[in-house]
Amino acid sequence: MIEYQDVAAAIQRDRGDAVVVSAMTQTRFWKEASDRPELDIPTNNSMGKVSSIALGIALGAPTRKVIAMDGDGSLIMNLGSLITVGNKSPKNLVHVVYDNGVYAITGGQPIAGAGVIDWPAIAMGSGYKAAYSFEDTEEMATEMPRIMAEDGPILVRIKVKPVITTNLGVIQTWESNAVMPRQMRSVKAHLAGS
Amino acid sequence: MTTAGLTAPTMVKAIAAQGVTHVVTLPDSETNFMYDNMTESGMEVVQIAREGEAIAIAAGLWIANQKPAIMIQNSGLFESGDALRGLGIGIDLPLVMFIGYRGYTRHGDTPDSAAQFLEPFLHTWQTPYWIVETDEELDRIALAFETAAETSKPVAVLIGAEYVSV
Repeated sequence: MIEYQDVAAAIQRDRGDAVVVSAMTQTRFWKEASDRPELDIPTNNSMGKVSSIALGIALGAPTRKVIAMDGDGSLIMNLGSLITVGNKSPKNLVHVVYDNGVYAITGGQPIAGAGVIDWPAIAMGSGYKAAYSFEDTEEMATEMPRIMAEDGPILVRIKVKPVITTNLGVIQTWESNAVMPRQMRSVKAHLAGS
Repeated sequence: MTTAGLTAPTMVKAIAAQGVTHVVTLPDSETNFMYDNMTESGMEVVQIAREGEAIAIAAGLWIANQKPAIMIQNSGLFESGDALRGLGIGIDLPLVMFIGYRGYTRHGDTPDSAAQFLEPFLHTWQTPYWIVETDEELDRIALAFETAAETSKPVAVLIGAEYVSV
Protein backbone atom coordinates (compact mmCIF):
# COMPACT_ATOMS: atom_id res chain seq x y z
CA MET A 1 0.00 0.00 0.00
CA ILE A 2 1.03 3.57 -0.68
CA GLU A 3 0.85 6.50 1.71
CA TYR A 4 -1.33 9.49 0.77
CA GLN A 5 1.57 11.89 1.13
CA ASP A 6 3.66 9.88 -1.33
CA VAL A 7 0.92 10.11 -3.93
CA ALA A 8 0.67 13.85 -3.37
CA ALA A 9 4.44 14.26 -3.71
CA ALA A 10 4.55 12.25 -6.95
CA ILE A 11 1.73 14.26 -8.53
CA GLN A 12 3.09 17.60 -7.34
CA ARG A 13 6.46 16.87 -8.98
CA ASP A 14 4.86 16.72 -12.45
CA ARG A 15 1.82 18.87 -11.83
CA GLY A 16 3.01 21.95 -13.74
CA ASP A 17 0.09 24.38 -14.04
CA ALA A 18 -2.61 21.72 -13.88
CA VAL A 19 -5.91 22.43 -12.17
CA VAL A 20 -6.45 19.91 -9.34
CA VAL A 21 -9.92 18.94 -8.12
CA SER A 22 -9.78 16.84 -4.94
CA ALA A 23 -12.14 14.98 -2.64
CA MET A 24 -12.17 14.57 1.11
CA THR A 25 -9.05 12.85 2.52
CA GLN A 26 -7.07 13.53 -0.67
CA THR A 27 -7.47 17.25 0.04
CA ARG A 28 -5.91 16.89 3.50
CA PHE A 29 -2.67 15.63 2.02
CA TRP A 30 -2.72 17.52 -1.27
CA LYS A 31 -2.90 20.95 0.36
CA GLU A 32 0.36 20.16 2.18
CA ALA A 33 2.10 19.27 -1.09
CA SER A 34 0.62 21.73 -3.59
CA ASP A 35 2.72 24.69 -4.68
CA ARG A 36 -0.10 26.21 -6.76
CA PRO A 37 -3.00 26.57 -4.30
CA GLU A 38 -4.65 29.12 -6.57
CA LEU A 39 -5.26 26.24 -9.01
CA ASP A 40 -6.68 23.81 -6.43
CA ILE A 41 -10.35 23.06 -5.88
CA PRO A 42 -10.99 21.07 -2.70
CA THR A 43 -14.54 19.80 -2.91
CA ASN A 44 -17.07 19.44 -0.19
CA ASN A 45 -20.83 19.78 -0.54
CA SER A 46 -20.48 17.80 -3.75
CA MET A 47 -20.76 14.12 -2.86
CA GLY A 48 -19.19 11.96 -5.56
CA LYS A 49 -18.87 14.73 -8.11
CA VAL A 50 -15.09 15.22 -8.40
CA SER A 51 -14.96 13.45 -11.76
CA SER A 52 -17.84 15.50 -13.16
CA ILE A 53 -16.47 18.87 -12.02
CA ALA A 54 -13.06 17.96 -13.44
CA LEU A 55 -14.64 16.86 -16.72
CA GLY A 56 -16.40 20.19 -17.09
CA ILE A 57 -13.17 22.11 -16.54
CA ALA A 58 -11.29 19.83 -18.94
CA LEU A 59 -13.87 20.34 -21.68
CA GLY A 60 -14.02 24.09 -21.13
CA ALA A 61 -10.25 24.59 -20.95
CA PRO A 62 -8.92 21.95 -23.36
CA THR A 63 -5.33 23.20 -23.35
CA ARG A 64 -5.05 23.01 -19.56
CA LYS A 65 -4.21 19.75 -17.76
CA VAL A 66 -6.85 18.82 -15.18
CA ILE A 67 -6.22 16.27 -12.43
CA ALA A 68 -9.14 14.71 -10.58
CA MET A 69 -8.15 13.29 -7.17
CA ASP A 70 -11.07 10.97 -6.60
CA GLY A 71 -11.80 8.38 -3.94
CA ASP A 72 -13.10 4.88 -4.54
CA GLY A 73 -16.07 5.52 -2.26
CA SER A 74 -16.68 8.82 -4.02
CA LEU A 75 -16.49 7.39 -7.51
CA ILE A 76 -18.88 4.50 -6.90
CA MET A 77 -21.49 7.18 -6.12
CA ASN A 78 -21.05 8.56 -9.63
CA LEU A 79 -19.90 5.54 -11.62
CA GLY A 80 -21.75 6.61 -14.75
CA SER A 81 -19.41 9.58 -14.96
CA LEU A 82 -16.75 7.20 -16.27
CA ILE A 83 -18.93 6.60 -19.33
CA THR A 84 -19.47 10.34 -19.73
CA VAL A 85 -15.73 10.99 -19.53
CA GLY A 86 -14.96 8.17 -21.96
CA ASN A 87 -17.57 9.46 -24.39
CA LYS A 88 -16.16 13.01 -24.47
CA SER A 89 -12.58 11.73 -24.21
CA PRO A 90 -10.78 14.90 -23.07
CA LYS A 91 -7.06 14.56 -23.74
CA ASN A 92 -6.21 16.82 -20.82
CA LEU A 93 -7.83 14.82 -18.01
CA VAL A 94 -5.97 12.58 -15.55
CA HIS A 95 -8.31 10.77 -13.18
CA VAL A 96 -6.55 9.49 -10.06
CA VAL A 97 -8.57 7.07 -7.95
CA TYR A 98 -7.34 6.62 -4.37
CA ASP A 99 -8.40 3.07 -3.52
CA ASN A 100 -8.50 2.58 0.24
CA GLY A 101 -11.53 0.29 0.29
CA VAL A 102 -13.26 2.18 3.08
CA TYR A 103 -15.23 5.27 3.96
CA ALA A 104 -12.40 6.87 5.92
CA ILE A 105 -14.30 9.91 7.16
CA THR A 106 -17.09 7.86 8.71
CA GLY A 107 -14.80 5.59 10.67
CA GLY A 108 -13.54 3.06 8.14
CA GLN A 109 -16.55 1.00 7.11
CA PRO A 110 -15.88 -0.93 3.87
CA ILE A 111 -17.28 0.43 0.63
CA ALA A 112 -19.42 -1.79 -1.55
CA GLY A 113 -17.10 -3.74 -3.81
CA ALA A 114 -13.99 -3.24 -1.68
CA GLY A 115 -11.24 -5.53 -2.90
CA VAL A 116 -13.29 -6.58 -5.91
CA ILE A 117 -13.59 -3.50 -8.12
CA ASP A 118 -11.20 -3.55 -11.08
CA TRP A 119 -10.81 0.18 -11.75
CA PRO A 120 -8.53 -0.06 -14.80
CA ALA A 121 -10.88 -2.57 -16.42
CA ILE A 122 -13.91 -0.36 -15.79
CA ALA A 123 -12.08 2.69 -17.13
CA MET A 124 -10.91 0.96 -20.29
CA GLY A 125 -14.38 -0.48 -20.79
CA SER A 126 -15.75 3.05 -20.53
CA GLY A 127 -13.55 4.54 -23.23
CA TYR A 128 -10.54 5.87 -21.32
CA LYS A 129 -7.38 5.93 -23.42
CA ALA A 130 -5.23 4.28 -20.77
CA ALA A 131 -5.44 3.01 -17.22
CA TYR A 132 -2.82 2.08 -14.65
CA SER A 133 -2.73 0.52 -11.21
CA PHE A 134 -0.11 0.92 -8.51
CA GLU A 135 0.39 -0.71 -5.13
CA ASP A 136 4.11 0.01 -4.78
CA THR A 137 5.40 3.49 -3.95
CA GLU A 138 8.61 3.30 -5.95
CA GLU A 139 6.91 1.96 -9.06
CA MET A 140 4.27 4.71 -8.86
CA ALA A 141 6.87 7.43 -8.43
CA THR A 142 8.88 6.09 -11.35
CA GLU A 143 5.95 5.79 -13.74
CA MET A 144 4.03 8.94 -12.86
CA PRO A 145 6.08 11.40 -14.98
CA ARG A 146 5.45 9.38 -18.12
CA ILE A 147 1.76 8.96 -17.31
CA MET A 148 1.26 12.66 -16.62
CA ALA A 149 2.65 13.48 -20.06
CA GLU A 150 0.29 11.13 -21.92
CA ASP A 151 -2.90 12.12 -23.69
CA GLY A 152 -6.01 11.29 -21.71
CA PRO A 153 -8.39 10.53 -20.45
CA ILE A 154 -6.25 8.39 -18.18
CA LEU A 155 -7.28 6.63 -14.98
CA VAL A 156 -4.64 5.90 -12.37
CA ARG A 157 -5.77 3.63 -9.55
CA ILE A 158 -3.53 3.81 -6.49
CA LYS A 159 -3.91 1.44 -3.57
CA VAL A 160 -3.47 3.68 -0.55
CA LYS A 161 -3.18 2.93 3.13
CA PRO A 162 -6.42 4.11 4.76
CA VAL A 163 -6.23 7.11 7.04
CA ILE A 164 -9.28 6.67 9.21
CA THR A 165 -10.93 9.68 10.76
CA THR A 166 -11.38 9.01 14.47
CA ASN A 167 -12.86 12.37 15.39
CA LEU A 168 -16.20 11.60 13.81
CA GLY A 169 -18.88 14.07 12.96
CA VAL A 170 -19.04 16.61 10.19
CA ILE A 171 -17.58 19.88 11.40
CA GLN A 172 -18.78 22.72 9.22
CA THR A 173 -18.31 26.41 9.72
CA TRP A 174 -19.22 29.37 7.52
CA GLU A 175 -15.54 29.68 6.75
CA SER A 176 -15.03 26.02 5.86
CA ASN A 177 -18.08 26.10 3.61
CA ALA A 178 -16.71 29.16 1.82
CA VAL A 179 -13.49 27.43 0.73
CA MET A 180 -14.81 25.47 -2.26
CA PRO A 181 -16.71 28.40 -3.86
CA ARG A 182 -13.74 30.70 -3.24
CA GLN A 183 -11.30 28.28 -4.83
CA MET A 184 -13.61 27.75 -7.80
CA ARG A 185 -13.55 31.50 -8.41
CA SER A 186 -9.78 31.56 -7.98
CA VAL A 187 -9.38 28.95 -10.70
CA LYS A 188 -11.98 30.67 -12.87
CA ALA A 189 -10.11 33.97 -12.63
CA HIS A 190 -6.80 32.30 -13.32
CA LEU A 191 -8.14 30.50 -16.40
CA ALA A 192 -9.72 33.72 -17.67
CA GLY A 193 -6.38 35.46 -17.50
CA SER A 194 -4.34 32.75 -19.11
CA MET B 1 -47.39 31.56 -38.84
CA THR B 2 -48.63 30.92 -35.35
CA THR B 3 -47.91 27.44 -34.04
CA ALA B 4 -49.73 25.53 -31.37
CA GLY B 5 -46.54 24.41 -29.65
CA LEU B 6 -42.78 24.47 -29.61
CA THR B 7 -40.66 23.95 -32.69
CA ALA B 8 -37.14 22.64 -32.37
CA PRO B 9 -35.29 25.10 -34.62
CA THR B 10 -36.90 28.10 -32.93
CA MET B 11 -36.29 26.80 -29.44
CA VAL B 12 -32.65 25.90 -30.10
CA LYS B 13 -32.08 29.25 -31.80
CA ALA B 14 -33.44 31.02 -28.71
CA ILE B 15 -31.04 29.10 -26.46
CA ALA B 16 -28.02 29.64 -28.71
CA ALA B 17 -28.85 33.35 -28.92
CA GLN B 18 -28.00 33.60 -25.21
CA GLY B 19 -24.40 32.67 -25.93
CA VAL B 20 -24.67 29.15 -24.57
CA THR B 21 -21.51 27.18 -25.36
CA HIS B 22 -22.43 23.73 -24.00
CA VAL B 23 -25.69 21.87 -23.38
CA VAL B 24 -25.30 19.11 -20.79
CA THR B 25 -28.16 16.76 -21.41
CA LEU B 26 -29.88 13.42 -21.12
CA PRO B 27 -32.66 13.17 -23.72
CA ASP B 28 -36.19 12.84 -22.37
CA SER B 29 -39.67 12.64 -23.80
CA GLU B 30 -40.28 16.40 -23.53
CA THR B 31 -36.98 17.78 -24.86
CA ASN B 32 -35.80 15.06 -27.27
CA PHE B 33 -37.17 16.97 -30.26
CA MET B 34 -34.32 19.44 -29.93
CA TYR B 35 -31.46 16.95 -29.94
CA ASP B 36 -30.65 16.95 -33.65
CA ASN B 37 -30.93 20.73 -33.84
CA MET B 38 -28.65 21.16 -30.84
CA THR B 39 -25.92 19.01 -32.36
CA GLU B 40 -26.08 21.19 -35.49
CA SER B 41 -26.32 24.50 -33.65
CA GLY B 42 -22.68 25.11 -32.81
CA MET B 43 -23.35 24.50 -29.13
CA GLU B 44 -21.40 21.51 -27.84
CA VAL B 45 -23.64 18.73 -26.57
CA VAL B 46 -22.36 16.88 -23.50
CA GLN B 47 -24.29 13.64 -23.10
CA ILE B 48 -24.50 12.28 -19.59
CA ALA B 49 -25.27 8.84 -18.21
CA ARG B 50 -27.46 10.08 -15.33
CA GLU B 51 -28.88 13.49 -14.56
CA GLY B 52 -27.01 13.89 -11.27
CA GLU B 53 -23.86 14.60 -13.27
CA ALA B 54 -25.32 17.59 -15.10
CA ILE B 55 -24.95 20.42 -12.59
CA ALA B 56 -21.44 19.30 -11.59
CA ILE B 57 -20.27 19.27 -15.22
CA ALA B 58 -21.91 22.65 -15.76
CA ALA B 59 -20.08 23.99 -12.70
CA GLY B 60 -16.79 22.81 -14.20
CA LEU B 61 -17.57 24.44 -17.52
CA TRP B 62 -18.44 27.68 -15.74
CA ILE B 63 -15.12 27.56 -13.87
CA ALA B 64 -13.48 27.26 -17.30
CA ASN B 65 -15.33 30.45 -18.32
CA GLN B 66 -17.82 28.76 -20.61
CA LYS B 67 -21.58 29.35 -20.59
CA PRO B 68 -23.33 26.00 -20.12
CA ALA B 69 -27.00 25.13 -19.84
CA ILE B 70 -28.45 21.80 -18.79
CA MET B 71 -31.43 19.98 -20.25
CA ILE B 72 -32.95 17.11 -18.27
CA GLN B 73 -36.37 15.77 -17.25
CA ASN B 74 -38.12 16.61 -13.99
CA SER B 75 -37.48 13.07 -12.72
CA GLY B 76 -33.77 13.70 -13.32
CA LEU B 77 -33.91 17.03 -11.50
CA PHE B 78 -34.98 15.14 -8.40
CA GLU B 79 -31.92 12.91 -8.89
CA SER B 80 -29.88 16.14 -9.07
CA GLY B 81 -31.21 17.59 -5.82
CA ASP B 82 -27.98 17.40 -3.85
CA ALA B 83 -25.94 18.81 -6.74
CA LEU B 84 -28.41 21.70 -7.07
CA ARG B 85 -28.00 22.38 -3.35
CA GLY B 86 -24.23 22.07 -3.12
CA LEU B 87 -22.92 22.91 -6.58
CA GLY B 88 -25.68 25.15 -7.91
CA ILE B 89 -27.03 27.29 -5.09
CA GLY B 90 -24.00 26.60 -2.89
CA ILE B 91 -21.44 28.11 -5.24
CA ASP B 92 -23.71 30.84 -6.68
CA LEU B 93 -23.73 29.23 -10.10
CA PRO B 94 -25.58 31.26 -12.74
CA LEU B 95 -27.17 28.38 -14.62
CA VAL B 96 -30.31 27.95 -16.69
CA MET B 97 -31.78 24.47 -16.34
CA PHE B 98 -34.18 23.36 -19.08
CA ILE B 99 -36.47 20.82 -17.45
CA GLY B 100 -38.85 18.53 -19.31
CA TYR B 101 -42.15 18.81 -17.46
CA ARG B 102 -43.26 15.18 -17.65
CA GLY B 103 -46.89 14.78 -16.63
CA TYR B 104 -47.85 18.42 -17.20
CA THR B 105 -51.55 18.69 -18.05
CA ARG B 106 -52.12 22.47 -17.98
CA HIS B 107 -55.12 22.04 -15.72
CA GLY B 108 -53.43 20.97 -12.51
CA ASP B 109 -54.67 17.45 -11.94
CA THR B 110 -52.08 14.87 -12.95
CA PRO B 111 -51.46 11.27 -11.97
CA ASP B 112 -47.71 11.69 -12.54
CA SER B 113 -45.83 12.33 -9.30
CA ALA B 114 -42.91 13.76 -11.30
CA ALA B 115 -45.26 16.57 -12.27
CA GLN B 116 -46.92 16.83 -8.85
CA PHE B 117 -43.63 17.48 -7.08
CA LEU B 118 -41.77 19.59 -9.66
CA GLU B 119 -42.99 23.06 -8.77
CA PRO B 120 -43.00 22.41 -4.98
CA PHE B 121 -39.43 21.13 -5.39
CA LEU B 122 -38.32 24.29 -7.15
CA HIS B 123 -40.01 26.46 -4.52
CA THR B 124 -38.27 24.50 -1.77
CA TRP B 125 -34.88 25.00 -3.45
CA GLN B 126 -35.82 28.68 -3.88
CA THR B 127 -35.25 28.37 -7.61
CA PRO B 128 -37.20 30.71 -9.92
CA TYR B 129 -38.78 29.16 -12.99
CA TRP B 130 -40.74 29.91 -16.13
CA ILE B 131 -42.99 27.55 -18.08
CA VAL B 132 -42.68 27.51 -21.87
CA GLU B 133 -45.34 25.81 -23.97
CA THR B 134 -45.23 27.57 -27.33
CA ASP B 135 -42.82 29.39 -29.60
CA GLU B 136 -44.64 32.59 -28.72
CA GLU B 137 -43.38 32.26 -25.13
CA LEU B 138 -39.69 31.87 -25.94
CA ASP B 139 -38.89 35.37 -24.70
CA ARG B 140 -39.06 33.76 -21.27
CA ILE B 141 -35.76 32.06 -22.09
CA ALA B 142 -33.99 35.41 -22.31
CA LEU B 143 -35.62 36.40 -19.02
CA ALA B 144 -34.35 33.22 -17.40
CA PHE B 145 -30.78 33.90 -18.52
CA GLU B 146 -31.02 37.50 -17.32
CA THR B 147 -32.24 36.36 -13.91
CA ALA B 148 -29.53 33.70 -13.57
CA ALA B 149 -26.88 36.29 -14.36
CA GLU B 150 -28.33 38.99 -12.09
CA THR B 151 -28.81 36.68 -9.10
CA SER B 152 -25.87 34.36 -9.80
CA LYS B 153 -28.12 31.41 -9.00
CA PRO B 154 -29.68 28.53 -10.92
CA VAL B 155 -33.06 29.12 -12.52
CA ALA B 156 -35.33 26.77 -14.48
CA VAL B 157 -37.25 26.83 -17.74
CA LEU B 158 -39.91 24.13 -17.71
CA ILE B 159 -40.74 22.63 -21.10
CA GLY B 160 -44.45 22.17 -20.71
CA ALA B 161 -45.60 20.99 -24.11
CA GLU B 162 -44.98 18.37 -26.69
CA TYR B 163 -43.34 19.64 -29.82
CA VAL B 164 -44.80 20.47 -33.21
CA SER B 165 -43.11 18.74 -36.10
CA VAL B 166 -41.93 21.08 -38.85
